Amino acid sequence: MNYKYFPQTEEDLKAMMAKAGVEKLDDLYAQIPESIRFKGNYELPMSMCEQEVRQLFEKLGKENRQLTCFAGMGVYDHYTPSVIPSLLQRSEFLTSYTPYQAEISQGTLHYIFEYQSMMAELTGMDISNASMYDGTTACAEAMMMAVAAGKKVNKVLVTGCMNPLTFEVLETYALHQGIELEVLPIRDGTTCLDDVKARLAEGGVAGVILQQPNIYGIVEDFTGFADACHEQKALLIIDSVASDLAVLKTPGEWGADIAVGDGQSLGIPMLFGGPYVGYMCCTEKLIRKMPGRIVGMTKDSRDQRAFVLTLQAREQHIRRQKATSNICSNQSLMALFVTIYLSLMGKQGLKEAAKLSYAGAHYLCDELLKTGRFHLAFDKPFFNEFYVKYDGDADTLYQRFIEEGILGGIRLEEGFLFAVTEKRTKEEIDNLVKIAAL
Amino acid sequence: MNSRLYGNLIFELSKEGRKGYSLPRNNFGDYEIPASMQRAEEAQLPECDELTVVRHYTNLSNNNFGVDTGFYPLGSCTMKYNPKINEEIAALPQFQNLHPLQPKSTVTGVRALMILLEKSLCALTGLAHFTFKPYAGAHGELTGLMTIDNYHRSRGDMQRKKVIVPDSAHGTNPASAAVCGLEIIEVKSDAHGLVDLVDLERLVELEGPSIAAMMMTNPNTLGLFETRIPEIAKLIHDCGGLMYYDGANLNPMLGASRPGDMGFDVMHINLHKTFSTPHGGGGPGSGPVGVREGLQEFFPTVSPYHGNFGVMMRAYAYILSLGCDQIKMVGPLATLNANYIKESLKDVYELPIDTMCCHEFVFDGLKDKSTGVTTMDVAKRLLDYGYHAPTIYFPLLFHESLMIEPTENESKETLDGFIAVMRQIAEEAKTDPDLVKSAPHTTPIGRVDDVLAAKHPVVTYRQLKNEIMK
Repeated sequence: MNYKYFPQTEEDLKAMMAKAGVEKLDDLYAQIPESIRFKGNYELPMSMCEQEVRQLFEKLGKENRQLTCFAGMGVYDHYTPSVIPSLLQRSEFLTSYTPYQAEISQGTLHYIFEYQSMMAELTGMDISNASMYDGTTACAEAMMMAVAAGKKVNKVLVTGCMNPLTFEVLETYALHQGIELEVLPIRDGTTCLDDVKARLAEGGVAGVILQQPNIYGIVEDFTGFADACHEQKALLIIDSVASDLAVLKTPGEWGADIAVGDGQSLGIPMLFGGPYVGYMCCTEKLIRKMPGRIVGMTKDSRDQRAFVLTLQAREQHIRRQKATSNICSNQSLMALFVTIYLSLMGKQGLKEAAKLSYAGAHYLCDELLKTGRFHLAFDKPFFNEFYVKYDGDADTLYQRFIEEGILGGIRLEEGFLFAVTEKRTKEEIDNLVKIAAL
Repeated sequence: MNSRLYGNLIFELSKEGRKGYSLPRNNFGDYEIPASMQRAEEAQLPECDELTVVRHYTNLSNNNFGVDTGFYPLGSCTMKYNPKINEEIAALPQFQNLHPLQPKSTVTGVRALMILLEKSLCALTGLAHFTFKPYAGAHGELTGLMTIDNYHRSRGDMQRKKVIVPDSAHGTNPASAAVCGLEIIEVKSDAHGLVDLVDLERLVELEGPSIAAMMMTNPNTLGLFETRIPEIAKLIHDCGGLMYYDGANLNPMLGASRPGDMGFDVMHINLHKTFSTPHGGGGPGSGPVGVREGLQEFFPTVSPYHGNFGVMMRAYAYILSLGCDQIKMVGPLATLNANYIKESLKDVYELPIDTMCCHEFVFDGLKDKSTGVTTMDVAKRLLDYGYHAPTIYFPLLFHESLMIEPTENESKETLDGFIAVMRQIAEEAKTDPDLVKSAPHTTPIGRVDDVLAAKHPVVTYRQLKNEIMK
């Protein structure tokens, strides 16, 4: 025996087996039919010491190229303040589970309440749940929520300017739920209100899903969309990049019923796709239709302020197949990440970072246009991401960027989708432009 | 922690003009964001200096209980130790800064890692392929059921929309089936706590052509191994259905039996249970789904990239640390720990099914019901003694369920301490029932008013402030 994660000594084992009424460990599985007992050796290497495990990962790590990131499309290279990883390693947070026992889980419940408060502020909505897996599944849950809230309607309209990766996830859920997805046409890089109105008038629509900024980085004008939806009893869902909401008009201000998106842009490392955190906020009216955990304020037996998981009658462990969703746990630790990020950045810092990203992106765009080889695909306002067409061979240029240690945006259609965050310096941008101008 | 000093919300510590951040200077000149784009009302986020933030969250953490704090026998959640080396590995900078859409040629290290992890999971489960897209156990269930639904659809077998689950199943099973557009049929448990084969045969006879799958955990939620699993699998396969394995209880099977060999076609694994990644207060987890050869083409797109990659790194570090020689000890040791507690307490707690269990078992409350002390009371009293409570009131088969799962990482001394306290509580229930019924007494807060929270939901600071104004 004698392995670092297995504390029992030979003597312990002997005493415990005697209590359990077996002579050897194997007897514990006497009830398993012989035909399905696994008696061989797993096809795995022999156990490694800590040093060997570390070396193996370091070697694998070196096989990845470290690139200066100008890519976005939903995942952005923002800076992570040192405070966050350090606090996230507090093992009382890290090694706990869902706060079922409120008396010894006030730490988790307290920060989730703060998280909900901050996300409601950021999105301009009444309330928030305790988090979702990521932005795409949050959007899918919102789609199902709209259908469940509607009365025997199962059609959902989706902007044509949606991130195709989000759309693919929506399609998956819609297929199995029997939801009919209808994609709205793209008009000059944006969603057109008249298209929405015309389809709403046909009836049967439970919800409309928009994206801000959209797939081309364009900041759309959603004036009139909420009224059009509400006239036809459809819910308006807006999927936004969380960090941009520091300055952009909010889903709440546009009149959305549900706001969803990914919180990755709030300083969460890209880490090849996760873990991130999805957010979902909605109007007070919809609170009992919302999926996921919700933390509420209450009092304890000593009349102290306390926090607790609430409205659990919506959830799977009570309602089983009648639950609002099958989601069980959320992304609690990543919700803590976002909560600490927003506490540090605060009212001013979040805006400043957003303005820096805006300035950097517009500077890059201007410089690229000056080369004469790029032009903006649409004459529309953008935030920190934009789509430019390129008059040369885009694949070759993309490859050249890589060779120079640059992740030169996302190759999109006839050009590039570039994103800039507060992390990108003027030197890095100038260097990209220099290569692009060759 | 002094809750009077440190019990505030971060918003209550905010003061206008304070900042906890530093940003690079703007070297790009004047780029003004047009007013038409901007929000009218500012987000009311807190304004705090760095130390205030650090102290606030450090103190909050002191109000929490984790595996590192003490024994956490939360049944069905496999609260095993989360090794520290795995945290360092997941934080390696060579992985942190990778964009999920960067070209394959620049991420050969992560691709190798994913292949190695997939191979390991195949070896451990006896299945042929895994997808890492699902973010959690429930997400894995949904992905697995979608895979099954896609398979039947591909064969034009459109009427297969029913899923059989045992009445002891996790709540996520029926909920996942519903999200997948499938209907649940429950099969009864027999007197031994196992799937009632007669009832199952009846269901198969009745519903055969409409059965998409049977969804099971094995061992089941009572911690009992479904000994007749080969017959169950044959029944379902013969009627054209597939077998789904809910990997929530995979831990005791390491070194004992593989789902693929039991006859399962599709399964999910909770990497945060069996493979030791931290539960993080309820996520992030990871719920990779494995299938038999031929079914991998039916995997759905349930997330955009490669799943929770950071969680996968930790799980692979755990598998490498244990290796083929140690990992097979996980199941037997977890099983021994559970049986040891069960045998040591069954004279004072009601054990409805007295047989060998796997990694966990279920008591139906105290043996002596005359005291009026409930499972809830026992759970709360355990907190006073420095233990996390077991899972309570689940499974629904019994009125006073108390589900205990110790994991393989706990020493005999820890188990003996827990056993002594459980016996002490049983004694207190007789001598001083009010002491138990009013527990906990030593925690930062007492029992909370759940009804108040639900009747009048206050879920944001803005609502809280409005409350005070009233």
